[in-house]
Amino acid sequence: MRRRSAFGYGAAAFGAIGLTLFLGWWRVDGPGAPEPMGQRPLPLTAMDFRLTDHQGQLVGPEMLVGRPSMVFFGFTYCPDVCPTTLSDISSWLDMVGEDAERLDIIFITVDPERDTVDAMAEYVGYFHPAIRGWTGPEAQIKRAIEGFRATYEKVAGEDGGYTMNHTASVFLFDAEGRFVSTIDYHEPREFAVPKIRRAMKEKPGGAT
Amino acid sequence: MKPVLHAALAALVLPLGAASAALADSGQVSIENAWSRASIGTSRPGAAYMEIVNEGDEAVTLTGIKTDIAMMPEIHRSSMNEQGVSSMAPAGHVSIAPGETVALEPGGLHAMLMKLQRPMHEGETFPLTLIFSDGGGVAVDVPVLGIAARGPGN
Ligand SMILES: [Cu+2]
Repeated sequence: MRRRSAFGYGAAAFGAIGLTLFLGWWRVDGPGAPEPMGQRPLPLTAMDFRLTDHQGQLVGPEMLVGRPSMVFFGFTYCPDVCPTTLSDISSWLDMVGEDAERLDIIFITVDPERDTVDAMAEYVGYFHPAIRGWTGPEAQIKRAIEGFRATYEKVAGEDGGYTMNHTASVFLFDAEGRFVSTIDYHEPREFAVPKIRRAMKEKPGGAT
Repeated sequence: MKPVLHAALAALVLPLGAASAALADSGQVSIENAWSRASIGTSRPGAAYMEIVNEGDEAVTLTGIKTDIAMMPEIHRSSMNEQGVSSMAPAGHVSIAPGETVALEPGGLHAMLMKLQRPMHEGETFPLTLIFSDGGGVAVDVPVLGIAARGPGN
């Protein structure tokens, strides 16, 4: 008797664990899974956000359709990773040469509180002249981030201020606004430059 | 730079505790290839980079930094998670094995210069002292390169 009920409980527990595991699978890896974070960015044509560029003009993702583009997130109060990305990009562009003029290169801030239009203008002025800075209301930045399937987060710093964690990859799109690939943070030029050329090649009607 | 040495370095940067036994001699430490980027004014933090070489035969532990250019200088580490999200945090104590070099370099360990006291102008230098667990300090003059600089070589 005792034995049997112990077995009964055991079977019930086993069933419960099985169900939990199944539900876990359903939600994490199975058909019930949310869109994974590392997912491909939307095409630029499916994104929708309104920002202001460093020259004060209203801009949005639709402006990047028609030319290949390179987009990345950062903030100007970032002492290490962001200036490195901007100077990496500057050096890739130097290697791409004159063709780089056919590219739109956009730096979107994740820190609109401090990165005003003027702050962006001053900052991008120190890097390759093709790099443009976009900022705007937090809600619009958030929509942009979601479209790129990127993330950012404000983190308190010990100096009483704050810093931003953010996706540090550079996103490449072809002239039709389709996502082509990402260049990871600090990726060597030998890999980055061919990726940029590939995004530029996928150009409708392509005479260079 | 030397890529092999570089790869080895990452493994040698250990938290204190792993190598705190030796009260090693910071007199055996030298600093090479120090540089930093110019700042825009003083409201943004700066960062400085260098290679720290332990020429002695005992491990040394870097515990902090001092410089008059910033009120809150600190050794920081930038890191990237699997999703490519970058973050930055104080690195704590950094141990350097005998004969080894630890690099403060973009995207990794860096001397974070918070609360700048004056702007960092391209072409100038500023003094910075690395503090070690034996109480000793090693001073270096850090050249300020352009904002878009990638290192002392280019
Ligand atoms: Cu830092």
